[in-house]
Amino acid sequence: MHTKDINENLPWAQINKDVMRSMMNPRKAYWVAIVVCIAMISCAVAAEIYQYNVGMGPANLNWPHMWDLYIATFIFWIGMSHSGTLLSAILHIIHADWRKPIYRFAEAMTTFSLMTAGIFPIIHIGRLWNMYWVLPYYSDRGIWPNFRSPLVWDAFAISTYLTSSALFLFIGMIPDLAICRDNTTGWRRKLYGILSLGWRGDDRQWRNFRRTYLLMACFLIPLAVSVHSIVSSDFAMSIMPGWHVTTFPPYFVAGALYSGCAAIITLFICLRYFFRLEDYMTTAILVKTCKLTFAIAMVWTYLNLIEFASVWYGHNAVDKELLLSKFNGPYAPYFWLMLFCGSVVPFALAFEKLRTHLPTMMVVSLVLNLGMWLERWMIVTPTLSQGYHPFAFDVMWPSMIQWAIIFGSFGWFGLLFLIFVKVFPCVSMYEVKEMCYHRKREAMGIGHGSTAGGAAGSVPASKSDLEGT
Amino acid sequence: MSLENVLKNWSKYRKGHEEGGFHDYEHMWGMSIDLDKCTGCNACSVACYAENNIAVVGEEKFSKGQGMHWLRIERYWDEPDLGEDKINEYQIHGASFIPMNCQQCNAATCEPVCPVAATYHTPDGLNAQVYNRCIGSRYCSNNCPYRLRYFNFFSYYEDSWPEPLQMQLNPDISVRDKGVMEKCTFCVQRIRKAKDEAAREDRDVFDGDVKTACQQSCATQAIVFGDLMDKNSAVTKVWAKHEVALGKSSQNKANPDNRGYRVLEGLNTDPCVMFLERVREV
Repeated sequence: MHTKDINENLPWAQINKDVMRSMMNPRKAYWVAIVVCIAMISCAVAAEIYQYNVGMGPANLNWPHMWDLYIATFIFWIGMSHSGTLLSAILHIIHADWRKPIYRFAEAMTTFSLMTAGIFPIIHIGRLWNMYWVLPYYSDRGIWPNFRSPLVWDAFAISTYLTSSALFLFIGMIPDLAICRDNTTGWRRKLYGILSLGWRGDDRQWRNFRRTYLLMACFLIPLAVSVHSIVSSDFAMSIMPGWHVTTFPPYFVAGALYSGCAAIITLFICLRYFFRLEDYMTTAILVKTCKLTFAIAMVWTYLNLIEFASVWYGHNAVDKELLLSKFNGPYAPYFWLMLFCGSVVPFALAFEKLRTHLPTMMVVSLVLNLGMWLERWMIVTPTLSQGYHPFAFDVMWPSMIQWAIIFGSFGWFGLLFLIFVKVFPCVSMYEVKEMCYHRKREAMGIGHGSTAGGAAGSVPASKSDLEGT
Repeated sequence: MSLENVLKNWSKYRKGHEEGGFHDYEHMWGMSIDLDKCTGCNACSVACYAENNIAVVGEEKFSKGQGMHWLRIERYWDEPDLGEDKINEYQIHGASFIPMNCQQCNAATCEPVCPVAATYHTPDGLNAQVYNRCIGSRYCSNNCPYRLRYFNFFSYYEDSWPEPLQMQLNPDISVRDKGVMEKCTFCVQRIRKAKDEAAREDRDVFDGDVKTACQQSCATQAIVFGDLMDKNSAVTKVWAKHEVALGKSSQNKANPDNRGYRVLEGLNTDPCVMFLERVREV
């Protein structure tokens, strides 16, 4: 069964119209989702106000378990942000053009999941009103942060990544913002007018635009890899068993891409439904995303297995005991659930029938992300429960305060994302047009850039070419 | 550091293995705890609470693991899994116990991970905790293999010292508020006082000038405290007798008179607290 990624005969004016329509009148489900998100955020805000006033005690933390779900969920959200970069930057560089209709929302997901992740280190610290001490600002007393601490590296890595990915998202949107500016009235016109930075679509602007976009893409790829490697150093740089693991940086990056891809599938299905974008977010593209996710799932499984093997054959008694207690200790149900969700469920992605069935894929992608969330929890907590000193062995269960804040973080992410897709075009209009253009030429038997438009490659000839009307 | 300098001293930069941490120590406060003398009476722990304004958190929070016993007596039962017919065996063997306070590691794992450098090594060889600087990221506690750091999960000053109990607080040190990490300081306020007195009298600190609260209260005098850099101090003599030294990561077990060991020495944390007990090989 082979279907086209996109119908290349879509008229360009139609593309503009469809995407603009998606920003105006979504289905009712969209508004229901907004209300649900706000309700979720309220839970978290209430819990956080209580925690702020009382201290970290109600979160059920205790002296062996100084970190728990806050840090686990922090890693989860950082991880989720990686796939936006994978889709927009890596696939851009290797010219996989099927990414074009879906990369915009993936990139928005990157930015917003980073904004969600950034909240967790702040709310988890005991005196959050002194949070800025982590940053190297000039102080009259000459006090600097401790540059040896991975938490300081985190602060740098995350703020750099957040700035760059937001910039990348914005730059890639400029031609589309110009289309919006030309087709809207009122506040939208004003907003897009400012944001499109005077885009006229002339040749020089396109050339500068392409160059900037490529440059940002090249900059973002090593940055994304380094960000999650640095997050993994929070654990790999420590001395504790189960944390001090050499393979953690690649393991974290693989896990990050994995959960990100699964989240892309979830959001793909939601957006397709909310905004009636069936012509753009086609099943063929979903199938390709599923294949990518499956490949990454297998990499993750492999890295898991070599971690077990290296602990097992390493014969470090403490590490080994910890691993065994993960297998059959108090956290065993969650550990096995993690392995089931992360390594067995992705095989559903290998079957054509399942991956073209949207409701199944919705469930599968959510289950995959549940597995990845459990993975982060199983990294953070068992080590704290069973470290080196037997007197401090303990088991803990997070309190409702923690659950409420974790729950609310999903609402916060959802709200930011839903507002974004309503205000900004969630499908890249100019790139879908490019895609149609190239597909059409291929269908007509004219190769890439062989005749008309030759030297300019993928740069379209004029403004009217891309903006349709 | 110019390039020329780097090239000239290349072998030094390449091979020179510099020990981490601070080097120009004025003192190196150390402790030895004789477990064969210790009766496990908890007097040291109580004295520590009184001396250091440690909050009493109450039974409920304590059983949740939110207590703040800077010096805790740890109990280990010889026979942890009691079968049906072994029900009383633990009473025959009894519990073994060990008082654990901050080990004041010289290569402390808690220090490099603090994002704001609130915990650092002082010229006294102490692993200091600056309460004012602490933001409560709790990374230090996670990276302490002994789990000897305690966090203020709540504000305790109202519950722990209701009127007029606040009058019993030690004025020499602060009361910590919520969100701050704390731990044994080797009674740094007493060290400070002894050093100030010695400076006023223009002399060195004598051995015995500083007595920690736990040492003072120990009925069997199991705790010896002093300056490991002072060749004649009591603690140096105990360390030397049992062939334990800073920088070593194993003991000479061939001599049955050597009872000294440091907890989790193999991790190379280089603690300044030595315990005396003949360790059985299991």
